[in-house]
Amino acid sequence: MKIDAAARYRSSHEWARKEGSLIVTGISDHAQESLGDIVFVEFPEVGKTLKQGETFGVIESVKAASDLYMPMGGKIAAVNEALGGDPSAVNKDCYGAGWLIKFEPTNPSEWDGLLSAGDYEKEAAAH
Amino acid sequence: MRLPGFDARIALSAASPRRPSRSKEDTLKSTALHDWHAARGAKMAPFAGYEMPITYPTGAVEEHLITRRSVGLFDIDHMGQIEVSGPGADDFVSRMVSARVLDMKDGDARYSLLLAEDGGVTDDLFIYRLPGRWWIVVNASNRETDYAWFRKNAPAGVKVEDLSDDTYMIAVQGPRAIELLGAAADFDVPGMTRFTSAKGSLLGVPCLVGRTGYTGEDGAELFFPARDAVKLWDGLLALAAKKGIEAAPIGLAARDSLRFEAGMPLHGHEISPSINPVEAGFKWACDLEKDFVGKKAVTDLAEKGPARKLVGLDVTGGVPREGYEVQATDGRTVGLCAAGMFCPTVKKYAANAFVPPELSKVGTPLKVVIHGKPKDAVVVKRPLYVPAYRR
Repeated sequence: MKIDAAARYRSSHEWARKEGSLIVTGISDHAQESLGDIVFVEFPEVGKTLKQGETFGVIESVKAASDLYMPMGGKIAAVNEALGGDPSAVNKDCYGAGWLIKFEPTNPSEWDGLLSAGDYEKEAAAH
Repeated sequence: MRLPGFDARIALSAASPRRPSRSKEDTLKSTALHDWHAARGAKMAPFAGYEMPITYPTGAVEEHLITRRSVGLFDIDHMGQIEVSGPGADDFVSRMVSARVLDMKDGDARYSLLLAEDGGVTDDLFIYRLPGRWWIVVNASNRETDYAWFRKNAPAGVKVEDLSDDTYMIAVQGPRAIELLGAAADFDVPGMTRFTSAKGSLLGVPCLVGRTGYTGEDGAELFFPARDAVKLWDGLLALAAKKGIEAAPIGLAARDSLRFEAGMPLHGHEISPSINPVEAGFKWACDLEKDFVGKKAVTDLAEKGPARKLVGLDVTGGVPREGYEVQATDGRTVGLCAAGMFCPTVKKYAANAFVPPELSKVGTPLKVVIHGKPKDAVVVKRPLYVPAYRR
């Protein structure tokens, strides 16, 4: 599995990466590989504030729908509109063009509680 | 997110028969190509008692598109084959199945339903008339039910045999499938007309070839001894490569989206023991000029008019799936989705749903509730993809 060393992770397979004052989030390579072809992403409204662990959207693969969870609490600043036309970028480039949302973190210290790339890799490999 | 894990928990419509049948040993069976699939990284899942390939690393969407543009090979050995023979077999088969069969000539193949007395659809079948016998292809999950039903009703002298374990079945489908099979065969496959069958040798393997399929593309379904499975499968892929014909193995996920787009039913979804053929739009598969089990229920409902009808829905803003609620524009619940998915060729999120007849007209606006939110839907003409051989 591919890992973005600059990102931190939730056990539920979302990654988070700092981008200026914002946090960018997507799903891990392990997750996209397990789900198979992504055919739809349901995004939250921009401006909405969500708590850490709350559902921010749904990602739909050919055969299953999976909830997406906020790695940290925050206010949605942007969603990846480009995935509306072709969500396959989530499969092809989950840490880059396949990003899902950007948000302003409510409590930046929640970052410290996320899994490091190495810890997530070990956890995901065990499944 | 919670990962589905490609196992029994997955909400795979092709892998969720209402009543999963068990193999005699009550353990998961595997096909002769199981190791071939696994070695190529296929995601496998249990279906009707078999561990079957759901997708290959190619991905379900691309597998679907390869079948539409060139050739897909499908391991469908889980399908069952029942042979009926002996004096009185013709009349027996005619009475048991909904379609007209007595006019069939040797080699002909025809789609039919198998009904219960109450008109519920026990299964759908492909029936081949062969010299001196009837060759009936049944769904994997209904194999034992169908076999028991045929046996129970067979008069003295009529022999009913389940030949599924000795028979391998693969499908070769797509616009270049016949070209590939023609190059592999020692007989004229391209000269066969649709819905006929012929016997001959393909790459040295004795086969019954049916010019039939379940994808909306031209192609064939091959029946042959199970011991030759790897030889024929590998041989066809190698021949395709040699001839410059793009060909790939296709899993059950793409098989489901191909059949769905082409408007073909999947038993347990668009048709089932609790659905009458009239509701699902399958009166055409019932020959009302003959006697057959379930005929009265079909004619009664056709006269009275069904309370629900199967429609296609084009949905915006989400992926409709089996069991999702359908609402009228005023928010009233009017039906349920029987199946739904992303359709790769037509690039639509679509569902098949049962709704009241007054809401079944093409163009009728409806809603499908997806993750708690009503999304816009409109009744569209089925099939979404017109099968290539019908154009």
